[in-house]
Amino acid sequence: MQTSRLQTAVLIGPGLGWLALLMVVPCGLVFVLSFFERGVYGGIDYVFNFGNFARAIDPLYLNIFFKSARIAGLAALIALLIAYPAAYAISRAPRRHQTPLLFLAILPFWSNYLIRTYAWIVLLNREGFLNQGFELLGYQGEPINMLYNDGAVVLGLVYNYVPFVILAIYSSITRLDPEIWEASQDLGATRFRTFYRVILPQTVPGIAAGLVFVFVLSIGNFITPDLLGGGRVQMVGNLIYDQFLTARDWPFGAALSFVLIGIMMVLLFLQAVLANRAQGGGRG
Amino acid sequence: MTREAATVLEIRNVSKSFEAVQAVRDVSLSIRENEFFALLGPSGCGKTTLLRMLAGFEKPSRGEILLDGKDISPIPPNRRPLNLMFQSYALFSHMTVRGNISYGLEMENLPKGEIQARVNDILETTRLTEAANRRPAQLSGGQRQRVALARALIKRPRVLLLDEPLAALDKKLRESMQLELKRLQNEVGVTFVVVTHDQEEALVMADRMAVLKDGVLMQVGSPHQVYEHPNNKFVAQFIGVMNFFDGETVDGGVKVKDEVLLGAVPPELGRGQAAAIAVRPERLEIANGAMPADHNRLSGQVVEIAYHGLDVTLSVRTPISEQAILVRVSANASDRFKFAAGQNLDIVWSATHSRIMAS
Repeated sequence: MQTSRLQTAVLIGPGLGWLALLMVVPCGLVFVLSFFERGVYGGIDYVFNFGNFARAIDPLYLNIFFKSARIAGLAALIALLIAYPAAYAISRAPRRHQTPLLFLAILPFWSNYLIRTYAWIVLLNREGFLNQGFELLGYQGEPINMLYNDGAVVLGLVYNYVPFVILAIYSSITRLDPEIWEASQDLGATRFRTFYRVILPQTVPGIAAGLVFVFVLSIGNFITPDLLGGGRVQMVGNLIYDQFLTARDWPFGAALSFVLIGIMMVLLFLQAVLANRAQGGGRG
Repeated sequence: MTREAATVLEIRNVSKSFEAVQAVRDVSLSIRENEFFALLGPSGCGKTTLLRMLAGFEKPSRGEILLDGKDISPIPPNRRPLNLMFQSYALFSHMTVRGNISYGLEMENLPKGEIQARVNDILETTRLTEAANRRPAQLSGGQRQRVALARALIKRPRVLLLDEPLAALDKKLRESMQLELKRLQNEVGVTFVVVTHDQEEALVMADRMAVLKDGVLMQVGSPHQVYEHPNNKFVAQFIGVMNFFDGETVDGGVKVKDEVLLGAVPPELGRGQAAAIAVRPERLEIANGAMPADHNRLSGQVVEIAYHGLDVTLSVRTPISEQAILVRVSANASDRFKFAAGQNLDIVWSATHSRIMAS
């Protein structure tokens, strides 16, 4: 049955309205804001200029961007290395085991993000479970400092986003024609060569989706760096947070937000291109 | 084919069970050098399972499979000199046509030059040269089918296994590809084993065929043997159309109600046994005056006329059978007789065209 134009409008209306009201309009406001100046006593002076963007690429702030990108990139890479084998194993498990295994993978989402992050503090701090464990195993020296450094932030990010990557890669593996494993074997390939030459290249869309997902969520994250980085690891997310809530420099915060959004858009675009190419390039 | 060629593949008492289901039951078959062999049966008859056991993707529960006299069951699929063309084709969507075809030779670690020469060769044979640099998504159904074929053939397998190779094509293309497959098989001189559920396809393409039902081998023979001399009612009905009259055997025929229909009783059927006498619709004729003594004659009434263009099929009700008898008459005969529903007529056939089998 053909849906009429009116039906389409009725069906798509609520979703589109929601997006427009809560996504496009606020983004537009932030965008406009980024071209003004902070007032002397907070507030906003409506003087149009590009000063905030010039300031955003000042080495001081640019370095924070680079550092955030490095941490987010590392988190994405590690998450991928953990998630790919897990997703592969789940997709090759007997069909009746797959749903329970996926359920286990996303189980952490049933508890609050903050609580899970605090739990890492309990595990990692100087008097934490890990250090107590080391002591029980006979370790005698100073307690190891595992908290409040880049490593702890990467760990927290990886921990939180691995399930998403598992889902992304699982879905791209299960979308493959199950006969291509056998076809490759039939043509003389070992299991390893089948994986390397046939399966891995065809799951590039899933890999790209997972990587971009972790990267985008990590680079803008401010809770994990705040709690596990202990304020010493400043990431863009924290910087923006500070501009809006501490420094009360909304226009500069808005400019930083827009640089971040720009980076994310470029990445999402690249991912879409990559996914399209891996699908056999459509027609052309 | 009068000369018996050497056996390439021998299936000996092979059975296969999946948990509670017995997919293949005690099947024994020999497949000869260079023949086009069809495994025919309705879906779920075990033909695909049998093919997958030949390729090495399933292990027989019992029995053995010999290739050139040697048991191949311990050899994994990637080291068997047999190749399978998958029903879904299973092409690698991220590779070009050339990439797909050369893959199998790359796995053999052959020198680059040889791979290239052989790929160019097979591209030519399968008329894919123009499409060599395209991806599977950019090909037509027929082209995709030829890529799958080329990819398997380039490995120069001892036996090429084809799982419903034409099922994904539309009717017109399927018919031309039947002949194309035969041509290719002649050209490359490889033994083909084709799984199909389409009896017409098997009749057209195969040198010999095996008919399977519920995992049991029903009959093996040339298309002519299987069509003209079916061993049992299942084969007779599955391949082509068959009229049956149920009765019991007497000397030189079968007694159906009060009528004795003439035909050769096979030696394994004794006298007085429940049996069916069968005859193909195209062997029936409309009586036109006197007839030879060795002919059967039945009077009946036309209940339905189906026009096919090429010929006409009459449904004729007879007093000795509950089911209407199908009679296929040529367009010429149809013009001459001017059939109409309700018309009474006599149908006749020579006793040599009667087939008698246990019912």
